[in-house]
Amino acid sequence: MTTSTPQVASRWARFRGSYLLYSFKRDLIAQLSLLVFIALVAVAVLAPWLAPMNPYDLAQIDIMSSELPPLWIAGSDPTYLLGTDAQGRDLLSTILYGARVSLIIGFGAVALQALLGVSFGLLAGYLGGRVDAFLMRLADIQLSFSTLMVAIVVGAVVKAAFGGATFSAYAVPLLVLIIGLAEWPQYARTVRASVLAERHKEYVDAARVMGFTSRRIMFRHILPNTLSPIFVISTVQVANAIIAEAALSFLGLGMPETQPSLGSLIKSGFDYLQSGSWWITLIPGLVLVVLVLVINLLGDWLRDVLNPRLYKA
Amino acid sequence: MALLDVNHLDVRFALRRGDVQALRDVSFSLERGERLGIVGESGAGKSVAAFSLLNLIAKPGYIAGGSIQFDGRELTDMSDRALRHVRGHRMSMIFQDPMMTLNPVLSIGDQMVECLKAHRRISTAEARAISLRKLEQVQIPSPAARLDQYPHELSGGMRQRVIIAIALLLDPDIIIADEPTTALDVTIQAEIMALLLELCEKHNVGLILITHDLGVVSQVTQRMLVMYAGRVIEQGPTREIINDPQHPYTQGLINALPQMATPGSRLNQIPGSMPSLDNLPTGCAFHPRCGFVNRADGTTRRACIDEVPGFVTSGNCRVACHMVAEMLERERIPAEEIR
Repeated sequence: MTTSTPQVASRWARFRGSYLLYSFKRDLIAQLSLLVFIALVAVAVLAPWLAPMNPYDLAQIDIMSSELPPLWIAGSDPTYLLGTDAQGRDLLSTILYGARVSLIIGFGAVALQALLGVSFGLLAGYLGGRVDAFLMRLADIQLSFSTLMVAIVVGAVVKAAFGGATFSAYAVPLLVLIIGLAEWPQYARTVRASVLAERHKEYVDAARVMGFTSRRIMFRHILPNTLSPIFVISTVQVANAIIAEAALSFLGLGMPETQPSLGSLIKSGFDYLQSGSWWITLIPGLVLVVLVLVINLLGDWLRDVLNPRLYKA
Repeated sequence: MALLDVNHLDVRFALRRGDVQALRDVSFSLERGERLGIVGESGAGKSVAAFSLLNLIAKPGYIAGGSIQFDGRELTDMSDRALRHVRGHRMSMIFQDPMMTLNPVLSIGDQMVECLKAHRRISTAEARAISLRKLEQVQIPSPAARLDQYPHELSGGMRQRVIIAIALLLDPDIIIADEPTTALDVTIQAEIMALLLELCEKHNVGLILITHDLGVVSQVTQRMLVMYAGRVIEQGPTREIINDPQHPYTQGLINALPQMATPGSRLNQIPGSMPSLDNLPTGCAFHPRCGFVNRADGTTRRACIDEVPGFVTSGNCRVACHMVAEMLERERIPAEEIR
């Protein structure tokens, strides 16, 4: 279509004149957070090209160089900038790869949560009645199981049915599934509440008068009007999912040590804290804290911009 | 046969404490291109009547009885798919508040194109062309630019023009306008009503105008219904009802217009307020507020308190009032009861 070019230009112009950008330009914390977040995502995505070593490649690992301290401490090896872990893997490379795993699981789980939660929330809010009661009780039941319990049950079932090797091979999709299933009610509740508020507005009546189908009204008319709370809880949920994955891995229910995430790195170093190799736990821990912190700070900023009245999810 | 024929329509709301009857025995018809006004206080059932015409009453409301014949087809037992074809396509609706009726997150053009594409198999480019033509018809300034604007970028009057354009988009047979000018300021009100009237006349579109503004009804419509507590109490040609109202309630409404009062004196209001639908008085629902329950000679007209009045024909109008019935029967009108 010929009109597409000016439309794109006007969208860009709209964005440049928007309050979103205006407030971003005036919020130093948001700018720094976004910068750090983009940097972390970039190095995680580019890990295979940036990392000096491939921690998944057993041939590159030398057990003789295990537990070497970071560069600025006596007894370090200049090959290993942040030192090595107990298996002799370069800690910097492992952190880069680990951050990648953590981010994939975090975003994947949130995508699954959002898919389930938004669909169920829309249906419950728009259709009401029995559908609403059923879906919301389902959400209550889901919330009464902790993520850990879901993880233990799913992990145990998969391990019993297919063996530990299969679990390790499919650890990433399984963790996405576990964390996604455990947390969808957060979305469903938020979306349902917004839909209940939107459903009685006149534009919904107008859409029904126009002869649109319920599905069209739900997804095209009501959903876009509930997006701002969805964006806001998404940031919180990404941070939560990354923490959940780290917690599960720390407890040995998550990523296997051969494909470390930040959580399983922290765990693997935990055994050596007493023997003085604090860096194996502390440095991945710091990366995790910074990652979660900047996501939460961005979420706070977004919440203030999109809806000052929304309380924290 | 009329284009729209509503007969003995009953609408109820199933509430926990029992059914509440929102519409009771409502009958009227609309010819092609005719303009009908529905007048009444808030809560009289005007909007419920409008929504039930499209079979769109929200739960817990439901159509308990009666029929709505549109173009020879019964709407009350039509399938959802067939109803969707009627909605928007054959009958469309204009709502009270233009600030609320447009979806805030979709551009004007998107909303119009979507509406066209839901009912017709046409390309986006064609749909945009039709939308633009309709925006030109409603005399909106710089219509082409409006297509890519969002509702919040338009003023109230412009939004109501957009809504009228959307209502006309699929060339419907009937437009139901539910207090289309209430939320606008007075100068814009007149413009919008004039536009609506002009477009309806030009395209031979039927109009059902729901309002409590008797002035607008008398200018725009050919026939009118007066509703009170879910019932039609008087209907007939607009001019006759405005010039010579029969029902005491209609008389009260017309007397309550500010221009009917002597400047400086109190306005003539109807004493009391409309009863709630779940607690209607016995007999004529208006009798507790009616000045004619007692005859001029001091005796009480018991029928007003005990019996729901049926319709009597007076001239070209139909009126549901015991007093009018009695007067017609006697063929002689006591002078002091007219005014």
